[in-house]
Amino acid sequence: MNGYGFDYHGLRLVARGSGVLWWPEGRWLIVADLHLGKSERLARRGGPLLPPYEGVATLERLAAEVAALNPACVISLGDAFDDMAAVAALDPEILRGVQALAQGRDCIWIAGNHDPDVPQGLPGRVCPQLALGPVILCHEPCPELEEVQVCGHFHPVVRLAGERRRAFLLGARRLILPAFGAYTGGLAWDEPALAAEVPRGLAIACGTRPLVLPIGVSQRRARRRWRMR
Amino acid sequence: MILPELFQDWFARQGWQPHPHQLALLAAPGDSLLIAPTGGGKTLAGFLPSLVELSAAARPDGYLENGESGKPGLDTLYVSPLKALTADIARNLARPVAELGLAVRIEDRTGDTGQAQRRRQRVDPPHILLTTPESLALMLSYPEAPAIFGSLRRVVLDELHALAESKRGDQLMLGLARLRALAPDLRVTGLSATVEDAQALAGFMAGARPVEIVEADPGPDPDIAMLTTARPAPWAGGGGHYAIPEVLAAVKAARTTIIFINTRAQAELFFQALWAENEENLPIGLHHGSLAREQRQRVEAAMAAGELRAVVATGSLDLGIDWGAVDLVIQVGAPKNVKRLVQRIGRANHRYNAPSVARIVPANRFEQIECVAALQAVAARDLDGDPRGAGPLDVLCQHILLTACAGPFDADALFAEVVTAGPYRGLTRGDFDACLDFAATGGYALRAYDRWQRLMLRDGLWRLRDPRAAKLLRMNVGTIVEAEMLKVRLRGRGGAPLGEVEEAFAASLTPGDSFLIGGRVVRMDALREMVIEVTPQPSAQPKIAVFSGVKLAMSTQLAHRVLALIGDPARHGALPPETRDWLALQAEVSRLPEPGLLLSESFPHAGLWHFALYGFAGRNALQTLGLLLTREMEEAGLGPLGFLSTDYALLIWSLDPVTDPAPLLDASRLRAGLGDWLGENAVMKRTFRNVAVVAGLIQRNMPGARKSGRQATFSSDILYDTLRRYDPDHLMLRITADEAGRGLVDFGRIEEMLDRSPRRDHRMLDRVSPLAAPLLLEVGRVPIRGEGRERLAQIEADALMAEALLDAIV
Repeated sequence: MNGYGFDYHGLRLVARGSGVLWWPEGRWLIVADLHLGKSERLARRGGPLLPPYEGVATLERLAAEVAALNPACVISLGDAFDDMAAVAALDPEILRGVQALAQGRDCIWIAGNHDPDVPQGLPGRVCPQLALGPVILCHEPCPELEEVQVCGHFHPVVRLAGERRRAFLLGARRLILPAFGAYTGGLAWDEPALAAEVPRGLAIACGTRPLVLPIGVSQRRARRRWRMR
Repeated sequence: MILPELFQDWFARQGWQPHPHQLALLAAPGDSLLIAPTGGGKTLAGFLPSLVELSAAARPDGYLENGESGKPGLDTLYVSPLKALTADIARNLARPVAELGLAVRIEDRTGDTGQAQRRRQRVDPPHILLTTPESLALMLSYPEAPAIFGSLRRVVLDELHALAESKRGDQLMLGLARLRALAPDLRVTGLSATVEDAQALAGFMAGARPVEIVEADPGPDPDIAMLTTARPAPWAGGGGHYAIPEVLAAVKAARTTIIFINTRAQAELFFQALWAENEENLPIGLHHGSLAREQRQRVEAAMAAGELRAVVATGSLDLGIDWGAVDLVIQVGAPKNVKRLVQRIGRANHRYNAPSVARIVPANRFEQIECVAALQAVAARDLDGDPRGAGPLDVLCQHILLTACAGPFDADALFAEVVTAGPYRGLTRGDFDACLDFAATGGYALRAYDRWQRLMLRDGLWRLRDPRAAKLLRMNVGTIVEAEMLKVRLRGRGGAPLGEVEEAFAASLTPGDSFLIGGRVVRMDALREMVIEVTPQPSAQPKIAVFSGVKLAMSTQLAHRVLALIGDPARHGALPPETRDWLALQAEVSRLPEPGLLLSESFPHAGLWHFALYGFAGRNALQTLGLLLTREMEEAGLGPLGFLSTDYALLIWSLDPVTDPAPLLDASRLRAGLGDWLGENAVMKRTFRNVAVVAGLIQRNMPGARKSGRQATFSSDILYDTLRRYDPDHLMLRITADEAGRGLVDFGRIEEMLDRSPRRDHRMLDRVSPLAAPLLLEVGRVPIRGEGRERLAQIEADALMAEALLDAIV
């Protein structure tokens, strides 16, 4: 199977090579940061005119995962839409695509900083956060919550053999999902904002085969070596 | 125009005679192009007409005296490819201007010019403004451009031969077309080093307008030869380290030497090797594009002050400030290109009419042949150079957007203006409209979106929909696209900057790895934000020194000369004895390649079959051929495992032998493969990135985005894949294919190779042939893509996991 299975606070989870998180027991498919409508937002604001195909590209990849897994519930972990105006201007084709994906299953839109509201005319419901067993699903980490959190927001990437790859970051208190949207940049796992959330643990790099590597370890070793000199 | 008395006296006071070409430029009634070797008073020749006209004698209307009122405006614009050159020219020009008593204001305007000065220059321009192509493009994008440039009478384009080699030249020519529209009486003077085709350069500069070409006396023939060494050149490699003792001796015998080396990594290694044997501590510096600017400037200043006996340099010193004291040039490694060799030789002895002295150090056996062929070409004054292609459309896209920044424009008028630019003479209206459509709407086939509108048509004129976009567009002016670079700094307080390395190289480093930069071995400690922190490691052997980008391929003409030399044993007398023996042995056990014949060999070696093809088509073309042939071999079930390409040959290793290369080398099949398969290749993606950045699809610089780092940006590969999938006929992909076909992919040279070699000869051998032997020692092996890359990542991830587990135990 194209995924890396692991146990996380009593839950059996699978990090898929595509970048979605799969909870087999409840048949939940969790996906973060689709950023639909990104090229439209940039164009609207006088920025570069990027190819207006990222919505189609993103949905096609998501549809392939839905077809492969047949989830009971699809959960967007926030920032499914690049901004609320992008929701309003959403291409009817994309809208139909989302509706088709939601057919016969639950849809939950967790609010993100880009899309605090539920889009009109879309299937499913919105909630600020959601419990999955002992862990909380939310868009950004909430420091005031004591629970372990599964989040999106950061678009983590790792460097591997000279390439940057989108990655899950698996830490003791946080599980951070990669961005799924086609036009999403990446933040290296060791940038301060991310390293503060997952100082050490594992990264699961996306790709045709997900690859697992440690993070926050080798640099500690380097520091230790430095002190010994 | 003749030289006024004031100027004649000045020349006399210097003890100079005006050069004939200086007077010829003065007399030229219209546009002119001066071809002169370095040291020929080229720059003064370029400015002399302006100075004469500006001198009060020639302008009874008191033009200069009115300067105080802020009205007279810009008279002469000087454009150079180097910022450093503009500052140098400003200094050099100040002296004659002062001595002639001319009240002429000279200023420069580059990326380093402060905001206040820039603003002032827009309101009150100097008489002579010195600038770069990028700064000119920027100035033309302001609404004040007509006011600034309306008074312009002359434009001087320095180092035109170098500008013509890149998109910077195309951008400059579009800017020049704009200037001609703003100031119709403009006269243009191009200054160039020796080129193979002055007429072509004149056409580049002036389009269909007449140009007077002035060729200065080229001076005496250069004193150029191979450096005699005690040890013969090695079989393979590019270092040239075997010649260190002789190079040091030559440096010692000369006053000041420039040692040119083809790549930055090789320059680093050679510099280190030189110092290892430099027992007399001759002051020798290092200069290349990866070094921090401060460091380069220190070396340049030390050279100017005569404090250095030698500097090891890459193409970073091909242009630039004249150092009169340089009396020897040493070229390490084959020059790849005769014209560049001649231009580099010219860097030695910038005194007019003194022969340049140069010595060449071939790095290996193949290069020995290449050096001999190049020397013969220099002696015959037979320069090479591939004809310039038509002006690239990505540059035109940027030009259209910047034109809109300056104000609303009429499409017909802009088209009429653009086709007066030399590189765009042949531009069709269809291509122009495609570029305009891209600039205006992104040019996407799917046109359901009204937001995709950067330019809009109102009252018959195209204008920016959102005027705020102008700021963003101006921030992204230019056609130089560099790889993502990371800074290298010393660890600790202050952390002196050492230079920059490409991101791909940085990504391959882990803390503790050592590498060479700035001539010293450093150890990587940490990667923080966009900075690599290092500590010096004087004793360690560097792990790696690979941070060069694209390598220059041997020119077509030089390749033909090399092939002709190899193929004719009667001419082998010109070669060193060990090289003669080597070729004689090849003729005995296999055969020699020769013009008209494409030789290939199959032989077993180290348990694998090897296929060597002696194509002499340059490394880029042979690399492309390697990618295409291995795919064919994969389909034929031969189990190719990898290949490497040099300028001379392609070597592929596989599980089963190639017994008949004819079907593999079918031109139409290769071309088909190019279309569908090479599209996925990293070479195409790199080309696409450059095109997308220049055309304005990707904006590198965003206001305030510097600090937030990478989250705002995403890989251009995604855009490439998306376009290929959903809009395969998009303009950006068309430009990418054109550019790759000429540049990195170089498919044209594969076809040229097949066309010029009607005869094929394939030899099945029982062991490696003499000619193939050096190839086995070459570095730069390319594993076959696909599973190999995946396996590499898996191995690295596993190693890291293993280390982490070890770490947990310790």
